[in-house]
Amino acid sequence: MSADGSSVVSITGLSKVFGKGGVKALQEIDLEVERGEFVSLIGPSGCGKSTLLRIVGDIVEPTEGDVIVNGKPARKARLDRDYGIVFQAPVLYDWRTVAKNIALPLEMLGWDRARRAERVRDMLELVELTGFEKHHPWQLSGGMQQRVSIARALSFSPALLLMDEPFGALDEMTRERLNLELLRIWAETGSTVIFVTHSISEAVFLSTRVVVMSPRPGRVAGVVHVDLSQPRTAATREEPRFFELVTEVRESLHATGADEVEETLAAEDEIA
Amino acid sequence: MRGRSLLKRGLVFVLVLGGFWALWEGYKWLWERTGWTKPFRVNELTLPHLHEIVLQLGQPTSTGDDLWLYLLHATLFTARAAAVGFLFGAVIGFALGVILAQFDVLRRGIMPYVVASQTIPILALAPIVVRGLGSVSIGGGPPSDWVRVSVIAAYLTFFPVTVNTMRGLLSADPWALELMHSYAARGWTTLWKLRVPSALPYIFTALKIAATASVVGAIIGEQTASISKGLGGAILNFNQYYVLEPTNLWATNLYAALLGIGFFLVVLLAEKIVVHRAPERLV
Repeated sequence: MSADGSSVVSITGLSKVFGKGGVKALQEIDLEVERGEFVSLIGPSGCGKSTLLRIVGDIVEPTEGDVIVNGKPARKARLDRDYGIVFQAPVLYDWRTVAKNIALPLEMLGWDRARRAERVRDMLELVELTGFEKHHPWQLSGGMQQRVSIARALSFSPALLLMDEPFGALDEMTRERLNLELLRIWAETGSTVIFVTHSISEAVFLSTRVVVMSPRPGRVAGVVHVDLSQPRTAATREEPRFFELVTEVRESLHATGADEVEETLAAEDEIA
Repeated sequence: MRGRSLLKRGLVFVLVLGGFWALWEGYKWLWERTGWTKPFRVNELTLPHLHEIVLQLGQPTSTGDDLWLYLLHATLFTARAAAVGFLFGAVIGFALGVILAQFDVLRRGIMPYVVASQTIPILALAPIVVRGLGSVSIGGGPPSDWVRVSVIAAYLTFFPVTVNTMRGLLSADPWALELMHSYAARGWTTLWKLRVPSALPYIFTALKIAATASVVGAIIGEQTASISKGLGGAILNFNQYYVLEPTNLWATNLYAALLGIGFFLVVLLAEKIVVHRAPERLV
Protein backbone atom coordinates (compact mmCIF):
# COMPACT_ATOMS: atom_id res chain seq x y z
CA MET A 1 0.00 0.00 0.00
CA SER A 2 2.03 2.90 -1.20
CA ALA A 3 1.08 6.50 -0.81
CA ASP A 4 0.99 7.29 -4.51
CA GLY A 5 -1.24 9.86 -6.18
CA SER A 6 -4.30 7.61 -6.31
CA SER A 7 -4.56 7.45 -2.54
CA VAL A 8 -7.69 9.16 -1.17
CA VAL A 9 -7.07 8.49 2.51
CA SER A 10 -3.69 8.09 4.10
CA ILE A 11 -3.54 7.42 7.83
CA THR A 12 -0.19 7.20 9.62
CA GLY A 13 0.64 6.54 13.27
CA LEU A 14 -2.87 7.43 14.40
CA SER A 15 -3.74 7.16 18.10
CA LYS A 16 -6.70 8.36 20.08
CA VAL A 17 -6.99 8.66 23.85
CA PHE A 18 -10.30 9.75 25.37
CA GLY A 19 -10.15 11.92 28.47
CA LYS A 20 -7.07 12.86 30.45
CA GLY A 21 -4.89 9.76 30.75
CA GLY A 22 -8.04 7.87 29.94
CA VAL A 23 -9.08 5.09 27.63
CA LYS A 24 -6.86 4.35 24.68
CA ALA A 25 -9.35 3.93 21.86
CA LEU A 26 -6.95 3.64 18.92
CA GLN A 27 -3.27 2.82 18.78
CA GLU A 28 -0.80 3.16 15.95
CA ILE A 29 -3.20 2.89 13.02
CA ASP A 30 -1.75 2.94 9.51
CA LEU A 31 -4.13 2.67 6.60
CA GLU A 32 -4.25 3.68 2.94
CA VAL A 33 -7.44 3.83 0.91
CA GLU A 34 -7.11 4.07 -2.87
CA ARG A 35 -9.46 5.93 -5.16
CA GLY A 36 -12.55 3.91 -5.98
CA GLU A 37 -11.99 1.41 -3.19
CA PHE A 38 -14.72 0.10 -0.93
CA VAL A 39 -13.09 -0.54 2.44
CA SER A 40 -14.95 -2.00 5.41
CA LEU A 41 -13.87 -1.64 9.02
CA ILE A 42 -14.97 -4.56 11.15
CA GLY A 43 -14.29 -5.56 14.72
CA PRO A 44 -15.83 -6.16 18.12
CA SER A 45 -17.09 -3.30 20.25
CA GLY A 46 -14.34 -1.20 21.72
CA CYS A 47 -12.11 -1.68 18.69
CA GLY A 48 -12.64 1.97 17.80
CA LYS A 49 -13.85 1.45 14.24
CA SER A 50 -16.49 4.17 14.55
CA THR A 51 -13.96 6.46 16.20
CA LEU A 52 -11.55 5.85 13.34
CA LEU A 53 -14.26 6.77 10.82
CA ARG A 54 -15.09 9.92 12.74
CA ILE A 55 -11.44 10.93 12.91
CA VAL A 56 -11.16 10.52 9.13
CA GLY A 57 -14.24 12.74 8.80
CA ASP A 58 -12.77 15.34 11.18
CA ILE A 59 -15.66 14.97 13.59
CA VAL A 60 -13.26 13.77 16.30
CA GLU A 61 -9.66 14.92 16.58
CA PRO A 62 -6.85 12.38 16.86
CA THR A 63 -4.48 12.48 19.80
CA GLU A 64 -1.52 11.57 17.62
CA GLY A 65 -0.83 10.88 13.99
CA ASP A 66 -1.92 12.25 10.64
CA VAL A 67 -4.95 11.82 8.45
CA ILE A 68 -4.42 13.03 4.90
CA VAL A 69 -7.47 13.10 2.62
CA ASN A 70 -7.05 14.00 -1.03
CA GLY A 71 -3.56 15.22 -0.24
CA LYS A 72 -4.61 17.59 2.53
CA PRO A 73 -5.28 17.39 6.28
CA ALA A 74 -8.69 16.03 7.32
CA ARG A 75 -9.82 19.43 8.57
CA LYS A 76 -9.06 21.07 5.25
CA ALA A 77 -10.82 18.23 3.46
CA ARG A 78 -13.92 18.80 5.59
CA LEU A 79 -13.88 22.53 4.89
CA ASP A 80 -13.64 21.66 1.18
CA ARG A 81 -16.72 19.43 1.60
CA ASP A 82 -14.91 16.26 0.61
CA TYR A 83 -17.05 14.06 2.89
CA GLY A 84 -20.44 12.54 2.48
CA ILE A 85 -21.53 10.94 5.74
CA VAL A 86 -24.23 8.35 6.39
CA PHE A 87 -24.98 7.43 9.99
CA GLN A 88 -26.73 4.41 11.45
CA ALA A 89 -29.90 6.52 11.65
CA PRO A 90 -31.04 8.41 8.55
CA VAL A 91 -30.83 11.77 10.41
CA LEU A 92 -33.28 13.42 8.03
CA TYR A 93 -34.84 16.77 8.87
CA ASP A 94 -38.50 16.13 9.65
CA TRP A 95 -39.52 19.62 8.58
CA ARG A 96 -38.03 19.20 5.12
CA THR A 97 -39.44 17.18 2.27
CA VAL A 98 -37.37 14.37 0.76
CA ALA A 99 -36.24 16.70 -2.06
CA LYS A 100 -35.24 19.45 0.37
CA ASN A 101 -33.37 17.00 2.57
CA ILE A 102 -31.29 15.90 -0.38
CA ALA A 103 -30.74 19.54 -1.37
CA LEU A 104 -29.51 20.56 2.12
CA PRO A 105 -25.76 20.28 1.41
CA LEU A 106 -26.28 21.89 -2.01
CA GLU A 107 -27.86 24.93 -0.34
CA MET A 108 -24.74 25.28 1.75
CA LEU A 109 -22.58 25.08 -1.33
CA GLY A 110 -24.56 27.99 -2.73
CA TRP A 111 -26.06 26.16 -5.70
CA ASP A 112 -28.97 28.01 -7.29
CA ARG A 113 -32.50 26.62 -7.25
CA ALA A 114 -32.50 25.24 -10.79
CA ARG A 115 -29.20 23.43 -10.36
CA ARG A 116 -30.35 21.99 -7.02
CA ALA A 117 -33.62 20.76 -8.52
CA GLU A 118 -31.79 19.04 -11.34
CA ARG A 119 -29.35 17.31 -9.01
CA VAL A 120 -32.14 16.24 -6.65
CA ARG A 121 -33.94 14.69 -9.60
CA ASP A 122 -30.80 12.74 -10.56
CA MET A 123 -30.24 11.62 -6.97
CA LEU A 124 -33.82 10.43 -6.54
CA GLU A 125 -33.40 8.41 -9.70
CA LEU A 126 -30.12 7.00 -8.42
CA VAL A 127 -31.68 5.73 -5.17
CA GLU A 128 -34.92 4.81 -6.98
CA LEU A 129 -37.18 7.17 -5.03
CA THR A 130 -38.54 9.21 -7.93
CA GLY A 131 -42.06 10.33 -7.08
CA PHE A 132 -41.32 10.72 -3.36
CA GLU A 133 -39.76 14.19 -3.51
CA LYS A 134 -42.74 15.88 -1.85
CA HIS A 135 -43.01 13.33 0.98
CA HIS A 136 -41.85 14.06 4.49
CA PRO A 137 -39.37 11.63 6.07
CA TRP A 138 -41.86 10.16 8.53
CA GLN A 139 -44.02 9.03 5.64
CA LEU A 140 -41.27 6.69 4.40
CA SER A 141 -40.10 3.27 5.60
CA GLY A 142 -36.76 2.93 7.39
CA GLY A 143 -35.08 1.56 4.28
CA MET A 144 -36.38 4.39 2.11
CA GLN A 145 -35.25 6.94 4.69
CA GLN A 146 -31.75 5.51 4.61
CA ARG A 147 -31.75 5.70 0.81
CA VAL A 148 -32.63 9.41 1.10
CA SER A 149 -29.75 9.75 3.53
CA ILE A 150 -27.40 8.14 0.98
CA ALA A 151 -28.74 10.40 -1.78
CA ARG A 152 -28.08 13.42 0.42
CA ALA A 153 -24.53 12.25 1.14
CA LEU A 154 -23.80 11.75 -2.57
CA SER A 155 -25.64 14.84 -3.83
CA PHE A 156 -22.58 17.05 -3.88
CA SER A 157 -20.28 14.31 -5.26
CA PRO A 158 -17.92 14.17 -2.29
CA ALA A 159 -14.54 12.56 -2.75
CA LEU A 160 -15.16 10.16 0.09
CA LEU A 161 -18.27 8.47 1.41
CA LEU A 162 -18.12 7.61 5.13
CA MET A 163 -20.77 5.15 6.29
CA ASP A 164 -21.16 4.25 9.96
CA GLU A 165 -23.21 1.04 10.16
CA PRO A 166 -25.76 2.55 7.80
CA PHE A 167 -27.90 -0.58 7.58
CA GLY A 168 -27.48 -1.72 11.18
CA ALA A 169 -30.98 -0.71 12.21
CA LEU A 170 -32.73 -2.35 9.26
CA ASP A 171 -34.21 -5.82 8.93
CA GLU A 172 -32.23 -8.51 7.11
CA MET A 173 -34.30 -8.41 3.90
CA THR A 174 -34.08 -4.64 3.52
CA ARG A 175 -30.44 -4.77 4.39
CA GLU A 176 -29.57 -7.24 1.63
CA ARG A 177 -31.53 -5.25 -0.92
CA LEU A 178 -29.81 -2.02 0.11
CA ASN A 179 -26.41 -3.77 -0.03
CA LEU A 180 -27.04 -4.50 -3.70
CA GLU A 181 -28.28 -0.99 -4.30
CA LEU A 182 -25.27 0.53 -2.58
CA LEU A 183 -22.94 -1.52 -4.81
CA ARG A 184 -24.80 -0.31 -7.91
CA ILE A 185 -24.52 3.31 -6.72
CA TRP A 186 -20.87 2.82 -5.88
CA ALA A 187 -20.22 1.47 -9.39
CA GLU A 188 -22.24 4.23 -11.07
CA THR A 189 -20.67 7.10 -9.14
CA GLY A 190 -17.16 5.73 -8.80
CA SER A 191 -17.11 6.83 -5.16
CA THR A 192 -14.55 5.83 -2.58
CA VAL A 193 -16.25 4.32 0.46
CA ILE A 194 -15.21 3.61 4.04
CA PHE A 195 -17.88 1.48 5.65
CA VAL A 196 -18.16 0.50 9.32
CA THR A 197 -20.09 -2.67 10.03
CA HIS A 198 -20.31 -5.49 12.52
CA SER A 199 -21.64 -7.96 9.98
CA ILE A 200 -18.97 -10.21 8.52
CA SER A 201 -21.04 -11.22 5.50
CA GLU A 202 -22.00 -7.63 4.75
CA ALA A 203 -18.36 -6.57 4.90
CA VAL A 204 -17.25 -9.34 2.55
CA PHE A 205 -20.13 -8.88 0.13
CA LEU A 206 -19.65 -5.12 -0.26
CA SER A 207 -15.94 -4.55 0.02
CA THR A 208 -12.84 -4.64 -2.07
CA ARG A 209 -10.93 -4.85 1.20
CA VAL A 210 -11.94 -5.69 4.78
CA VAL A 211 -9.90 -4.19 7.61
CA VAL A 212 -10.21 -6.32 10.75
CA MET A 213 -9.69 -4.44 14.00
CA SER A 214 -8.98 -5.69 17.50
CA PRO A 215 -10.16 -4.09 20.72
CA ARG A 216 -8.61 -2.34 23.72
CA PRO A 217 -6.76 -0.55 22.35
CA GLY A 218 -8.09 -0.53 18.80
CA ARG A 219 -5.55 -1.73 16.26
CA VAL A 220 -5.54 -3.09 12.73
CA ALA A 221 -5.35 -6.84 13.25
CA GLY A 222 -5.45 -7.85 9.63
CA VAL A 223 -6.55 -6.98 6.14
CA VAL A 224 -8.51 -9.32 3.87
CA HIS A 225 -8.50 -8.58 0.15
CA VAL A 226 -11.86 -9.50 -1.32
CA ASP A 227 -11.29 -10.83 -4.83
CA LEU A 228 -14.90 -11.63 -5.64
CA SER A 229 -15.72 -10.57 -9.19
CA GLN A 230 -17.59 -7.38 -9.96
CA PRO A 231 -20.43 -6.63 -10.34
CA ARG A 232 -21.68 -8.62 -7.40
CA THR A 233 -25.17 -10.01 -7.38
CA ALA A 234 -27.41 -11.94 -5.04
CA ALA A 235 -25.71 -15.09 -6.40
CA THR A 236 -22.35 -13.84 -5.12
CA ARG A 237 -23.48 -14.76 -1.61
CA GLU A 238 -23.68 -18.41 -2.69
CA GLU A 239 -20.22 -18.67 -4.28
CA PRO A 240 -17.74 -20.95 -2.47
CA ARG A 241 -15.18 -18.12 -2.56
CA PHE A 242 -17.63 -15.93 -0.65
CA PHE A 243 -17.76 -18.47 2.17
CA GLU A 244 -13.98 -18.86 2.17
CA LEU A 245 -13.59 -15.12 2.59
CA VAL A 246 -16.23 -14.97 5.32
CA THR A 247 -14.31 -17.71 7.13
CA GLU A 248 -11.05 -15.86 6.63
CA VAL A 249 -12.48 -12.67 8.15
CA ARG A 250 -14.05 -14.61 11.00
CA GLU A 251 -10.78 -16.37 11.83
CA SER A 252 -8.95 -13.09 11.66
CA LEU A 253 -11.48 -11.68 14.13
CA HIS A 254 -11.04 -14.64 16.50
CA ALA A 255 -7.29 -14.29 16.23
CA THR A 256 -7.64 -10.84 17.75
CA GLY A 257 -7.87 -12.82 20.95
CA ALA A 258 -11.29 -11.67 21.94
CA ASP A 259 -13.34 -14.62 23.08
CA GLU A 260 -16.24 -12.26 23.37
CA VAL A 261 -16.08 -11.53 19.65
CA GLU A 262 -19.19 -13.58 18.88
CA GLU A 263 -21.40 -11.98 21.47
CA THR A 264 -20.10 -8.48 21.04
CA LEU A 265 -20.46 -8.75 17.30
CA ALA A 266 -24.03 -9.78 17.81
CA ALA A 267 -24.91 -7.14 20.31
CA GLU A 268 -22.66 -4.33 19.36
CA ASP A 269 -23.90 -0.82 19.44
CA GLU A 270 -20.74 1.13 19.35
CA ILE A 271 -20.71 4.65 20.64
CA ALA A 272 -17.46 6.43 20.09
CA MET B 1 -63.90 12.06 5.66
CA ARG B 2 -62.75 15.56 6.51
CA GLY B 3 -66.35 16.78 6.73
CA ARG B 4 -67.24 13.92 9.02
CA SER B 5 -64.36 14.55 11.39
CA LEU B 6 -65.33 18.22 11.54
CA LEU B 7 -68.89 17.21 12.31
CA LYS B 8 -67.63 14.87 15.01
CA ARG B 9 -65.56 17.59 16.62
CA GLY B 10 -68.49 19.98 16.49
CA LEU B 11 -70.65 17.38 18.14
CA VAL B 12 -68.09 16.78 20.90
CA PHE B 13 -67.87 20.54 21.46
CA VAL B 14 -71.64 20.81 21.84
CA LEU B 15 -71.72 17.78 24.15
CA VAL B 16 -68.98 19.15 26.40
CA LEU B 17 -70.74 22.52 26.51
CA GLY B 18 -74.01 20.78 27.34
CA GLY B 19 -72.33 18.73 30.04
CA PHE B 20 -70.82 21.85 31.57
CA TRP B 21 -74.21 23.55 31.54
CA ALA B 22 -75.87 20.51 33.12
CA LEU B 23 -73.23 20.36 35.88
CA TRP B 24 -73.58 24.08 36.64
CA GLU B 25 -77.36 24.11 36.71
CA GLY B 26 -77.60 20.69 38.37
CA TYR B 27 -75.31 21.79 41.17
CA LYS B 28 -77.28 24.99 41.61
CA TRP B 29 -80.63 23.16 41.61
CA LEU B 30 -79.56 20.43 44.04
CA TRP B 31 -77.83 22.74 46.54
CA GLU B 32 -80.72 25.19 46.55
CA ARG B 33 -83.22 22.36 47.06
CA THR B 34 -81.36 20.71 49.89
CA GLY B 35 -79.91 23.82 51.47
CA TRP B 36 -76.40 22.38 51.50
CA THR B 37 -73.73 24.94 52.22
CA LYS B 38 -70.54 22.94 51.59
CA PRO B 39 -68.22 23.69 49.82
CA PHE B 40 -70.02 26.96 49.23
CA ARG B 41 -73.52 28.39 49.62
CA VAL B 42 -75.46 28.69 46.39
CA ASN B 43 -77.69 31.62 45.52
CA GLU B 44 -78.14 34.08 42.71
CA LEU B 45 -75.04 35.92 43.89
CA THR B 46 -72.53 33.10 43.93
CA LEU B 47 -73.87 31.10 41.01
CA PRO B 48 -76.32 32.86 38.71
CA HIS B 49 -78.15 30.91 36.04
CA LEU B 50 -76.09 30.63 32.89
CA HIS B 51 -78.95 31.84 30.75
CA GLU B 52 -79.24 34.95 32.93
CA ILE B 53 -75.58 35.74 32.28
CA VAL B 54 -76.23 35.46 28.56
CA LEU B 55 -79.46 37.48 28.77
CA GLN B 56 -77.65 40.20 30.70
CA LEU B 57 -75.59 40.92 27.56
CA GLY B 58 -78.68 42.53 26.06
CA GLN B 59 -79.16 44.92 29.00
CA PRO B 60 -77.97 48.52 28.82
CA THR B 61 -75.06 49.69 31.00
CA SER B 62 -74.42 53.09 32.57
CA THR B 63 -72.44 54.09 29.49
CA GLY B 64 -75.57 53.83 27.39
CA ASP B 65 -74.34 50.88 25.33
CA ASP B 66 -75.76 47.44 25.79
CA LEU B 67 -73.50 45.20 27.85
CA TRP B 68 -72.45 43.07 24.87
CA LEU B 69 -71.25 46.16 22.95
CA TYR B 70 -69.60 47.71 25.99
CA LEU B 71 -67.71 44.47 26.65
CA LEU B 72 -66.78 44.15 22.98
CA HIS B 73 -65.11 47.58 23.06
CA ALA B 74 -63.35 46.72 26.30
CA THR B 75 -62.21 43.39 24.84
CA LEU B 76 -60.82 45.02 21.71
CA PHE B 77 -58.91 47.55 23.81
CA THR B 78 -57.39 44.79 25.91
CA ALA B 79 -56.81 42.61 22.84
CA ARG B 80 -54.72 45.31 21.18
CA ALA B 81 -52.48 45.71 24.24
CA ALA B 82 -52.25 41.95 24.74
CA ALA B 83 -51.51 41.22 21.05
CA VAL B 84 -48.80 43.86 20.73
CA GLY B 85 -47.34 42.80 24.08
CA PHE B 86 -47.46 39.18 22.98
CA LEU B 87 -45.63 39.92 19.72
CA PHE B 88 -42.94 41.99 21.43
CA GLY B 89 -42.59 39.50 24.25
CA ALA B 90 -42.30 36.63 21.77
CA VAL B 91 -39.66 38.41 19.68
CA ILE B 92 -37.65 39.48 22.73
CA GLY B 93 -38.07 36.05 24.32
CA PHE B 94 -36.92 34.32 21.16
CA ALA B 95 -33.92 36.60 20.71
CA LEU B 96 -32.90 36.14 24.33
CA GLY B 97 -33.34 32.37 24.01
CA VAL B 98 -31.08 32.32 20.94
CA ILE B 99 -28.40 34.37 22.69
CA LEU B 100 -28.52 32.24 25.84
CA ALA B 101 -28.37 29.01 23.82
CA GLN B 102 -25.44 30.18 21.70
CA PHE B 103 -23.28 31.48 24.51
CA ASP B 104 -22.61 29.18 27.42
CA VAL B 105 -21.15 31.92 29.60
CA LEU B 106 -24.14 34.19 29.19
CA ARG B 107 -26.48 31.33 29.98
CA ARG B 108 -24.92 30.85 33.39
CA GLY B 109 -24.58 34.58 34.00
CA ILE B 110 -27.96 35.85 32.85
CA MET B 111 -30.37 32.97 33.41
CA PRO B 112 -30.71 33.56 37.18
CA TYR B 113 -31.91 37.11 36.49
CA VAL B 114 -34.33 35.92 33.86
CA VAL B 115 -35.79 33.55 36.43
CA ALA B 116 -35.76 36.23 39.13
CA SER B 117 -37.70 38.59 36.84
CA GLN B 118 -40.63 36.20 37.02
CA THR B 119 -40.56 35.81 40.77
CA ILE B 120 -41.32 39.49 41.29
CA PRO B 121 -45.08 39.67 41.83
CA ILE B 122 -46.62 41.14 38.71
CA LEU B 123 -49.10 43.02 40.87
CA ALA B 124 -46.25 44.91 42.48
CA LEU B 125 -44.31 45.50 39.31
CA ALA B 126 -47.14 46.49 36.99
CA PRO B 127 -48.02 49.85 38.61
CA ILE B 128 -44.37 50.84 38.74
CA VAL B 129 -43.85 50.05 35.08
CA VAL B 130 -47.13 51.46 33.80
CA ARG B 131 -46.92 54.66 35.88
CA GLY B 132 -43.22 55.01 35.15
CA LEU B 133 -43.84 54.81 31.43
CA GLY B 134 -46.53 57.46 31.85
CA SER B 135 -43.88 60.00 32.80
CA VAL B 136 -41.39 59.30 30.01
CA SER B 137 -41.64 61.09 26.70
CA ILE B 138 -41.42 59.15 23.47
CA GLY B 139 -42.07 61.09 20.28
CA GLY B 140 -43.31 64.21 22.01
CA GLY B 141 -45.44 62.68 24.73
CA PRO B 142 -45.94 59.74 27.04
CA PRO B 143 -46.85 56.45 25.36
CA SER B 144 -50.60 55.92 25.15
CA ASP B 145 -52.40 53.83 27.74
CA TRP B 146 -52.57 50.65 25.75
CA VAL B 147 -48.86 50.77 24.84
CA ARG B 148 -47.93 50.96 28.51
CA VAL B 149 -50.25 48.08 29.27
CA SER B 150 -48.72 46.03 26.47
CA VAL B 151 -45.37 46.21 28.24
CA ILE B 152 -46.83 44.15 31.09
CA ALA B 153 -48.23 41.65 28.60
CA ALA B 154 -44.79 41.42 26.99
CA TYR B 155 -43.23 40.92 30.39
CA LEU B 156 -45.37 37.86 31.07
CA THR B 157 -44.86 36.56 27.52
CA PHE B 158 -41.11 36.59 27.11
CA PHE B 159 -40.19 34.21 29.91
CA PRO B 160 -41.73 30.96 28.69
CA VAL B 161 -40.59 31.78 25.17
CA THR B 162 -37.00 32.34 26.31
CA VAL B 163 -36.84 29.15 28.35
CA ASN B 164 -38.38 26.99 25.65
CA THR B 165 -36.45 28.55 22.78
CA MET B 166 -33.24 27.85 24.63
CA ARG B 167 -34.22 24.31 25.42
CA GLY B 168 -35.43 23.73 21.86
CA LEU B 169 -32.26 25.06 20.27
CA LEU B 170 -30.13 22.84 22.48
CA SER B 171 -32.29 19.82 21.68
CA ALA B 172 -31.05 19.47 18.10
CA ASP B 173 -30.05 15.89 17.26
CA PRO B 174 -26.28 15.41 17.86
CA TRP B 175 -25.95 13.44 14.62
CA ALA B 176 -27.66 16.23 12.70
CA LEU B 177 -25.18 18.66 14.26
CA GLU B 178 -22.30 16.43 13.16
CA LEU B 179 -23.80 16.42 9.69
CA MET B 180 -23.79 20.22 9.62
CA HIS B 181 -20.22 20.12 10.91
CA SER B 182 -19.29 17.82 8.03
CA TYR B 183 -20.78 20.32 5.57
CA ALA B 184 -18.52 22.95 7.15
CA ALA B 185 -21.67 24.92 7.97
CA ARG B 186 -21.25 28.27 9.68
CA GLY B 187 -22.77 28.81 13.14
CA TRP B 188 -25.55 30.95 11.70
CA THR B 189 -26.36 28.41 9.02
CA THR B 190 -26.60 25.66 11.61
CA LEU B 191 -28.81 27.93 13.71
CA TRP B 192 -31.27 28.72 10.93
CA LYS B 193 -31.26 25.44 9.08
CA LEU B 194 -31.12 23.05 12.04
CA ARG B 195 -31.44 24.51 15.52
CA VAL B 196 -34.37 26.85 14.98
CA PRO B 197 -36.47 24.31 13.06
CA SER B 198 -35.67 21.75 15.79
CA ALA B 199 -36.83 24.25 18.40
CA LEU B 200 -40.12 25.17 16.73
CA PRO B 201 -42.31 22.64 18.56
CA TYR B 202 -40.84 23.86 21.87
CA ILE B 203 -41.32 27.49 20.91
CA PHE B 204 -44.94 26.93 19.97
CA THR B 205 -45.60 25.21 23.28
CA ALA B 206 -44.31 28.37 24.95
CA LEU B 207 -46.33 30.61 22.64
CA LYS B 208 -49.51 28.77 23.61
CA ILE B 209 -48.78 29.42 27.29
CA ALA B 210 -47.79 33.01 26.52
CA ALA B 211 -50.91 33.66 24.45
CA THR B 212 -53.15 33.33 27.47
CA ALA B 213 -50.60 34.88 29.83
CA SER B 214 -50.47 38.02 27.70
CA VAL B 215 -54.23 38.52 28.13
CA VAL B 216 -53.89 38.17 31.90
CA GLY B 217 -50.92 40.55 31.82
CA ALA B 218 -52.86 43.18 29.91
CA ILE B 219 -55.81 42.96 32.31
CA ILE B 220 -53.56 43.29 35.34
CA GLY B 221 -51.69 46.15 33.70
CA GLU B 222 -54.94 48.03 33.10
CA GLN B 223 -56.13 47.51 36.65
CA THR B 224 -52.96 48.59 38.39
CA ALA B 225 -52.69 51.71 36.25
CA SER B 226 -56.38 52.56 36.64
CA ILE B 227 -56.94 52.44 32.91
CA SER B 228 -60.67 51.94 32.61
CA LYS B 229 -61.15 51.35 28.90
CA GLY B 230 -60.30 47.65 28.84
CA LEU B 231 -61.50 44.43 30.39
CA GLY B 232 -59.41 45.22 33.48
CA GLY B 233 -61.45 48.35 34.06
CA ALA B 234 -64.70 46.52 33.39
CA ILE B 235 -63.79 43.88 35.95
CA LEU B 236 -63.00 46.49 38.62
CA ASN B 237 -66.16 48.39 37.82
CA PHE B 238 -68.51 45.41 37.86
CA ASN B 239 -66.80 44.02 40.90
CA GLN B 240 -67.88 47.09 42.87
CA TYR B 241 -71.51 46.57 41.91
CA TYR B 242 -71.39 42.80 42.14
CA VAL B 243 -74.09 42.59 44.79
CA LEU B 244 -76.49 44.50 42.58
CA GLU B 245 -75.71 42.86 39.26
CA PRO B 246 -73.50 39.75 39.59
CA THR B 247 -74.17 38.69 35.99
CA ASN B 248 -72.23 41.71 34.69
CA LEU B 249 -68.97 40.37 36.12
CA TRP B 250 -69.69 36.85 34.96
CA ALA B 251 -70.30 38.16 31.45
CA THR B 252 -67.00 40.05 31.59
CA ASN B 253 -65.20 36.87 32.60
CA LEU B 254 -66.82 35.15 29.64
CA TYR B 255 -65.40 37.78 27.26
CA ALA B 256 -61.95 37.58 28.89
CA ALA B 257 -61.98 33.81 28.54
CA LEU B 258 -63.07 34.02 24.90
CA LEU B 259 -60.25 36.49 24.21
CA GLY B 260 -57.70 34.10 25.74
CA ILE B 261 -59.13 31.19 23.77
CA GLY B 262 -59.01 33.30 20.61
CA PHE B 263 -55.31 34.06 21.14
CA PHE B 264 -54.63 30.41 21.82
CA LEU B 265 -56.41 29.33 18.63
CA VAL B 266 -54.44 31.82 16.53
CA VAL B 267 -51.18 30.35 17.86
CA LEU B 268 -52.50 26.84 17.27
CA LEU B 269 -53.34 27.72 13.67
CA ALA B 270 -49.91 29.26 13.13
CA GLU B 271 -48.33 26.09 14.53
CA LYS B 272 -50.29 23.91 12.12
CA ILE B 273 -49.04 26.02 9.22
CA VAL B 274 -45.43 26.41 10.33
CA VAL B 275 -44.44 23.18 12.09
CA HIS B 276 -44.06 20.03 10.03
CA ARG B 277 -43.43 16.99 12.15
CA ALA B 278 -44.37 13.37 12.34
CA PRO B 279 -47.72 13.39 14.16
CA GLU B 280 -46.27 11.48 17.12
CA ARG B 281 -43.31 13.82 17.47
CA LEU B 282 -45.26 16.99 18.00
CA VAL B 283 -44.55 18.26 21.48
